[in-house]
Amino acid sequence: MSVIFMNYRSRDLVAPLWRSLAGGPLNTVLTLASVLMLALILPPLIHWAVTDAVFSGTQEECRAASGACWAFLRAKARFILFAFYPGEHLWRPILVIVALLGLMVASALPRFWGPYLILAWPVTLALAWALMAGGTWTGGILTRVSLNDWGGLPVTLLVWSTCMAFAFPAAVLLALARASDMGGLRLIAVTYIEVMRAIPMVAILYFAMLILPLALPQGVILDKLIRATIMVALFWTAYLAEVVRGGLQTVGPGQAEAAQSLGLGYWRIMQLVVLPQALRQVIPGLVNLGIGFLLATSLLAVIGAFDLLNTARASTTDTQWLGFYDEAYVFAALIYFLLCYGGSRYSRWLETRLRRR
Amino acid sequence: MSIPLREAGPNEAGRGRSPHRRGVIPALVAWWGPRPYTQLALVLVILAGLWLLGQNIAAALEKAGISPGFAFLTRAASFQIGESVIPFSAGDTYLRAIGVGVINTLRVAAVGCVLAAFLGTALGVLGLMGNPLLTRLVRIYVELIRNTPLLLQLFFWIALARNLPGPKQAVHGGGIWLTNRGVYVPAPVVEAGWLWPLLACAVVIIAVLALRRFARVRRGTWPVALTLIAGIFWQAGLSFDIPALKGLNVRGGLTLSPEYAALLIALVVKFSAAIAEIVRAGILSVPEGQREAARAMGLSDWQIMRLVVLPQALRVIVPLTTSVFLDLTKDSSLAVAIGYPDLVSVLNTTANTTGQAIEAVLIMAGTFLMLNLCVAALMNHYNRRVAMRGEGRR
Repeated sequence: MSVIFMNYRSRDLVAPLWRSLAGGPLNTVLTLASVLMLALILPPLIHWAVTDAVFSGTQEECRAASGACWAFLRAKARFILFAFYPGEHLWRPILVIVALLGLMVASALPRFWGPYLILAWPVTLALAWALMAGGTWTGGILTRVSLNDWGGLPVTLLVWSTCMAFAFPAAVLLALARASDMGGLRLIAVTYIEVMRAIPMVAILYFAMLILPLALPQGVILDKLIRATIMVALFWTAYLAEVVRGGLQTVGPGQAEAAQSLGLGYWRIMQLVVLPQALRQVIPGLVNLGIGFLLATSLLAVIGAFDLLNTARASTTDTQWLGFYDEAYVFAALIYFLLCYGGSRYSRWLETRLRRR
Repeated sequence: MSIPLREAGPNEAGRGRSPHRRGVIPALVAWWGPRPYTQLALVLVILAGLWLLGQNIAAALEKAGISPGFAFLTRAASFQIGESVIPFSAGDTYLRAIGVGVINTLRVAAVGCVLAAFLGTALGVLGLMGNPLLTRLVRIYVELIRNTPLLLQLFFWIALARNLPGPKQAVHGGGIWLTNRGVYVPAPVVEAGWLWPLLACAVVIIAVLALRRFARVRRGTWPVALTLIAGIFWQAGLSFDIPALKGLNVRGGLTLSPEYAALLIALVVKFSAAIAEIVRAGILSVPEGQREAARAMGLSDWQIMRLVVLPQALRVIVPLTTSVFLDLTKDSSLAVAIGYPDLVSVLNTTANTTGQAIEAVLIMAGTFLMLNLCVAALMNHYNRRVAMRGEGRR
């Protein structure tokens, strides 16, 4: 923002702007090229999205128009957001979304950091799963909704936060193991981390689909979504562990030695001295990784789980509204963008705030 | 970092390198470290867990009548593969099918890495040119691409590619045709065959490298080499096979299937945004004083870039780009979602038709491990050269 708005209080507003846009031949060429590109992209985009678009009406009206069919979203938004979740119980996934987003916001604000937050995660997650599923878990108060009917945004958020809740503590332990003095432990940690990081997440999902059911003891049957959640949590653990390790490396050995001379044991040293410093260092990195993971949950679509991306795709195959994929993808992309862009702005804010201390 | 558990002894300072302890066994003991029996117990528990899972898998396989092992690789695969570089038909072996998958993965990953590096570098540099309009456009591009899932972008591109008009109404320009049957681009053709011109070029390049290294001839070597290479290709009769509409279809040139084109575009777009950010960060990491000092010495802008800024920026850029290339290679496996027959897709089909799921996942993991190691080794080699320059051996 700096160049254009830097001098907005000064009397001469136009000159610096002009200089930055047209000072020197190279700058002029760049400006002209940019303007040309905008001229090529913007008018068709505006025509498509606004002037030629159909905002309400039927499929036939949409077909006749050359622009976007926002009426399609009006008809299919509920499916994209919640898939086949029965209509009279829609308040449950909505409540889950609100609760999970609230949990994320609370975790994001430094004033809430504390032991209660660590307690809040498993409690909120257990409540969210119970609320979505209903049935005997909830003592019969809520009707059971089969996992097959779940889908859309609540599934994306639920899988993401459940995986994070499992992966984060596991990653801290794994990073400690990798940084420890014990060769055997280190070997296990290094092997696990390197193997997990080398293979693509799609392979992990296939493992969850094809092999995990075979590996489970006889008679234990887990739903596809739960199997995928387990494997993805194990997968993300390796990535998180590497970030935590980076934090551990920034804490000098003197810290641990000083604590040891005070007579503290290993776990107390870690809990009171090393980890608070290490984790504070890597919070921005963890947030960025979390954003990447939220985008990565979309891979669940590969194994046919109805996350937000897959419901968006499925909505375009409705025979009533066939082939409005642009609109569906724009809608899904907008939700992902808002969540992730918000996250990355927050990460930047947090970074400056933590540095200021 | 290492936190001693019980004692901060000599084996903590230099693991196994203590002058008082020599030999393999003491070194191993020192490496194994404190609490040896607890560690051993943990390792045994993990192995027992894996063994238990293995037992379950074996029992389940036996129940399904599948014999474990890689014998199925020599059996005839009963499926077709949409596109392949080496010839493949339904009667060929599974091994060959997997080979087709590996080549397809390499084909998209290698081209993707190169194109993403070029586009990303261009975007990163353009964003720093100081033109506010251009900078903002690059930022919008990067943020838009970074904050939406790759798979969603891939779905978008493939839907777009499949909904392009047919050859007759196709969008075309500059010899490039965009049709629903694929993307057609001009292909270079050599009359005399590719072998001799390429060999001659290799000789020229080796000669130039040798001149620069051993004879210390630096000036004007590359222009001469480029002229020579151009001459070689002119002599060999290089021409471009430009696709054109003939009858009902576009013919000639190089055809990229809609799936390949969509996957390639998705990967290039997604990872060019990542590389643009890295290049930007790398160039900004060079202190302004360096540039000012260089300008004071009378260097031109181009020289400042080449001699002062880039060598230092590359130290930041290269390691981060390595991980981007690794991610790109891994994410090429998303091909399975749009039906491009890459390694993962072929192995998935193999697992479904033979039931040899474990072997398929093992091959998948093994191949990607190897691919990753290769890319990492190549980039680390380059990184060492970059890091060495001016920094001395550290």
